[in-house]
Amino acid sequence: MIDAPFPRTLSGPAGSRPRTRIAPKRLMIYAALLIVSVYYLLPLWVMVMTSLKGMPEIRMGNIFAPPVEITFEPWVKAWSSACTGLNCDGLSRGFWNSVMIVVPSVVISIAVASVNGYALVNWKFRGSEVFFTILLFGAFIPYQVMIYPLVIILRELGLMGSVWGLVLVHTIFGMPIITLLFRNYFASLPEELFKAARVDGAGFWGIFLRVLVPMSLPIFTVAVILQITGIWNDFLFGVIYTKPDTYPMTVQLNNIVNSVQGVKEYNVNMAATLLTGLVPLSIYLISGKLFVRGIAAGAVKG
Amino acid sequence: MSGRDRPAQLLRNLPAKLAALPMILTALVVFIGCSLWTVVHSFTKSRLLPKLDFVGLDQYDRLWSTPRWLVSIENLAIYGICALILSLVLGFVLAALLDQKIRFEDGFRTIILYPYALSFIVTGLVWQWILNPDFGIQNIVRGLGFESFVFDPLHNPDQVLFALLIAGLWQGTGLVTVILLAGLRGIDEDIWKAARVDGIPAWKTYLRVVIPMMRPVFATCLVLVSAGIVKLYDLVVALTNGGPGIASETPAKYVYDSMFNKQNLGQGFAASTMMLLTVLIIIVPWAMFEFRGKRRD
Amino acid sequence: MTHSTMRRLLAGAAMFCTPMMAHATDLEITHWWTSGGEAAAVKELAREFEAKTGHTWVDGAIAGSGDVARPVIVSRILGGDPMAATQLNHGQQARELIEAGLLLDLTDIAEKGKWREIVKPASLLDACTVDGRVYCAPLNIHSPQWMWTSPAAFEAAGATPATNWEELKAAAPKLREAGKVPLALGMQGWQQSYLVSGLIIAKGGKDAFYKAYRDADADLLSGEMITQVFGELAIARDLSKGGNVQDWNLATAKIINGEAGAQVMGDWAQGEFAVAGKVAGSDYNCFIGMGGDPVISTGGDAFYFPVNKDAAITEAQKELAKVILSPEAQVAFNLKKGSLPVRGDVDLAAANDCMKKGLETLAAGNVIDSTEQLISPDATGQINDLMSEFFGSDMAPADAQARFAEILTGDK
Repeated sequence: MIDAPFPRTLSGPAGSRPRTRIAPKRLMIYAALLIVSVYYLLPLWVMVMTSLKGMPEIRMGNIFAPPVEITFEPWVKAWSSACTGLNCDGLSRGFWNSVMIVVPSVVISIAVASVNGYALVNWKFRGSEVFFTILLFGAFIPYQVMIYPLVIILRELGLMGSVWGLVLVHTIFGMPIITLLFRNYFASLPEELFKAARVDGAGFWGIFLRVLVPMSLPIFTVAVILQITGIWNDFLFGVIYTKPDTYPMTVQLNNIVNSVQGVKEYNVNMAATLLTGLVPLSIYLISGKLFVRGIAAGAVKG
Repeated sequence: MSGRDRPAQLLRNLPAKLAALPMILTALVVFIGCSLWTVVHSFTKSRLLPKLDFVGLDQYDRLWSTPRWLVSIENLAIYGICALILSLVLGFVLAALLDQKIRFEDGFRTIILYPYALSFIVTGLVWQWILNPDFGIQNIVRGLGFESFVFDPLHNPDQVLFALLIAGLWQGTGLVTVILLAGLRGIDEDIWKAARVDGIPAWKTYLRVVIPMMRPVFATCLVLVSAGIVKLYDLVVALTNGGPGIASETPAKYVYDSMFNKQNLGQGFAASTMMLLTVLIIIVPWAMFEFRGKRRD
Repeated sequence: MTHSTMRRLLAGAAMFCTPMMAHATDLEITHWWTSGGEAAAVKELAREFEAKTGHTWVDGAIAGSGDVARPVIVSRILGGDPMAATQLNHGQQARELIEAGLLLDLTDIAEKGKWREIVKPASLLDACTVDGRVYCAPLNIHSPQWMWTSPAAFEAAGATPATNWEELKAAAPKLREAGKVPLALGMQGWQQSYLVSGLIIAKGGKDAFYKAYRDADADLLSGEMITQVFGELAIARDLSKGGNVQDWNLATAKIINGEAGAQVMGDWAQGEFAVAGKVAGSDYNCFIGMGGDPVISTGGDAFYFPVNKDAAITEAQKELAKVILSPEAQVAFNLKKGSLPVRGDVDLAAANDCMKKGLETLAAGNVIDSTEQLISPDATGQINDLMSEFFGSDMAPADAQARFAEILTGDK
C-alpha cells in the first residue's frame, strides 16, 4: 500500500486515458473513505437541512430531504433572539464569555500538561510514575462525583464564582489525558535527540522549548483539538463554577435545546448547535495544516 | 533514560520537580483527596448535603439490591467492550487509510473528526431522529419498497445498546483516528523504507512493526476511550434517557440521578466508589506492568 | 452585556420614579422556567419586582427541569457565593439547607404580611416552615391530577368521549381500531408515576392516598386495592403501546392533534393547549383525577433566599419575598403559568374553564398534599425508576406492587 503513491508499472486497463495515476488499490482506499464519509456526514446533512427549514415543513416531512423553501431565520433566531429565561438575545450573549473561558483554559492546561509529559519521560524522579498512575486514575472519575469537593476546594482558594476558578477546574480535568498524550508522544521520539541536547549543555527548559516543542506539532494539534472541544462544549462546570454574567455559550445552548417548549423548535435547536460547534469546527479545519507541518518536522528528525 | 542512573542528580532534577508540582498537587489533593472524600461519604446517609452520619454498609446493601444498578453494570460491560474494540479497530484502519498520502486528506480527516466538535446533547437528538422508525432510516428503506423492513433500536430493549453504539462511535472514532494518525506520523520513514527493501507487504509491516512501535499511542487511545465509556452519561440522557424502561441505564447516570435527582448523595457516592474500585483494579496492575516493562532499557 | 447595561439604566430610571427605595441592588435569581409560558410568567414577576422595588432582577435561568439546576444551586450555596434567590419545589428538598443555616429566615416578613391568613391552603406555608420559622415564599400551586382528552380522537373512532379512567378503558378498542393511541404517555418514570397516585385516589380516595404515601401502611400497600391499581397500570401499559414519545409535551401534542385519546398530566399541560390555540371544552377536555371525587394536590413552586453577607442584598431579598406574595404578582404570574395562586383572595376572572375547575376544587377544600411533601425525593426517584422499568418491560403487576410497597415502607 505504501508504495502506491509512486506507481511505476501502470499498464493494461488504463488504455487511452492520458496520465491516469490511480491504481485499483487507491480506488479501494477512496471508496472505503467515501463510504465512511457517508456515515459521518449523514447527521450533519440532517442538521443543516433541518436548520434551513421552517417548522411546518419539518413537521410534515422527511428529515433527509432538502428544504423546499430555504429560510435562515432559525439561524438568526438562535444567534440573536432565542430566549433563555428573561434574556432574549440568543447565543450571542455567551459567545465572548466562552472565548474568555476557553483561551486561558486551553493555554494553561496544555502548557502544564506538556511540561508534565516531558518531565515524566525525560526527567523521571522518585515517585513520578506513581503520580502519573494517580493522574490516569483521575481520568476515570465521573465528573459528577467531584462537584462538591471541588466547590469546597475553590471556596478555600477564594476562587468560587470567578472565571479563574473555572480555568483551574478545566486544567485539573484536562490534565490526565493531555499529560498522557504528551508523555506517550515524547516517549516515542528518539532518545538520541534528548541526549544530544544534554551533551550540548541545554537545561530542562532549553531542551523542552528548543528541541521537543518544535517537533511536536501533531500532538499539540491533537491536544488543542481535545481541549478546545472539551472546554467549549462543557456545560456542567461552566454553569456550576461561574455566575450568570460569565456563563459560557453552552448554558444558552442548553437552555434553547432543553427547554420544554410548546413546540420544540428543531430548526432553531439545530442552528444553535451548529453555531456553537463552529468554533471547534474551524479549529479542526485550520489544524489540518499543522498536521502536515508535523510530518515535515518528523521527517527531519531521522 | 534521564539522570535516574546517575546518583547525585537531585539538584539537577529540581526544575523538573518544580515543573511537575501542579501534577503532584492535582494527583494528591484533587484525585486522591476527592476519591477518599467520596469513599468516606459513601458510608454515610448524606442526602442533599454531604454529612458525616455514618450508617455502615447500608448504601452498599441498597446498591446491590437495586435492579437498575445491576442492569447499568451489565450495559456498561457490553457497550464498553464493543465500543472499545470497534473504535480502536475502526480508528486505526481509518488512520492508516488517511496516511496513504491520499488527496483531500484534510477533507476526509475533518469529516471523520467533526462530530467530536458537537456536544452529546445534539448527537443524541440527531440520532434519535435518524433512528426514529416513523421518519428515519426505517421509513426511507420502506419507501424504497422493502415494506417489512424493521429497524427500531430505540424502542427495542434488546437493541438499544446498538443505537448507543452507532451514535457513540460516530462521535468518538474521529478523535482516535486523529491521535493514531499523529502516531503514524511519528513513525520514522526509514522503517518503511527498510520494510520495502526487504519486500515485506504493507499489512505485515503494520502488524509486526508499526503497531508495536505505536504502543504508547494506543495506550493513550485506550485510556481516552475507556474513560469516556466509564463516564458514559450525556449521550444516554440525550439519546434514550435510559430507556426503553431501564434497558440503557449506565452507572454514571445512576450516580448522577442518585445524587441530584433522588438527593441521596450517600447512594451516589457508594455507586461511584464501586466505579472507582473497578477502575483501580484495572489500572494498578496495568501501571505495574507498564512501568516494570519500561525498565528494560 | 449591552443588555444588562440597559437593564441597569432602566432600573436606575425606576429608582428615580419609586421614592421608597434608597438604593438599587442587583439580585441574581435562579430558576428553571424556560419554556414559552413559563418564561412569560417569570417576566411578569420580574417586572412586578423591578417596578415595585427599583432593584434589578438578574436572570439565571437553567433549562432542563430541576435536575440540572439543583447541583448548581446547592454548589453555589455551599461555595459561599450564592444567588440571591432560587426556585425550589417546596417539600422536603430544602430542609437540610435550612437546618445548616444557609437559608434566610423570612419570619418577620411573613408575620408583617400576614402570610398565615392569606396563604390558602395553609399546608403551603407549612411546607415553608421549619420549627416555627418561615424560610420560603410560595408562589403557585401545581397539581398533577388531571386527565386531558381529545374529543376529536373519540369522535373519529366513533367512541363515547371518556370522562374518567373506566370510560377510557371502555373506549380503547374503538380508538385502537381507528389507529389512535388510547393513552398518550411519555416514557419517563415521573410521568408514569402520576398514573399510580391518580389511580390510588380514584380507587381509594384521599384516605388511601395518605395511608400509602404518608403512613406507608403495610396492610394497604399489600392489599387488594393496590393490587387493583397495579392491575390497572398493566392495562395502562397496553393502552399506551405505540405512543413512542419521551417528553410529556410531545404526548400532549398527540392529544392536540387528535392522535391519542387521553393523557394524564399536570395542569401545566394547559400551556401547550394555549400555545396551540385550543379552547377548553371544545378542542380538548380536562378532568380532575381519573375518577371518583375530584381532589387536587397542592404542590408547587416556592422561592428560597440563601443567606448573604451583604446587608443591601438581604434587604432586597426580603422585598422580593413581599412581591411574590403580593396580589398583583400572584395574578400576573399565575395567569401566564397556568397554575393557581397561593392566596385565595385574589381575583382570577381571566382564568379559563380548566383553571376555574381547579379553583373551585381548591375553594371547596378538596385538597391533598403533594407526594413530594409526603415522601423523600429519594423515594420519589425510586418509584419513578420502578415505573420506567414496569412500563418498559413486561414486569408482573404483583412484582411491581411488592417493590412499590418496599420503597414506601423503606422511606419511613
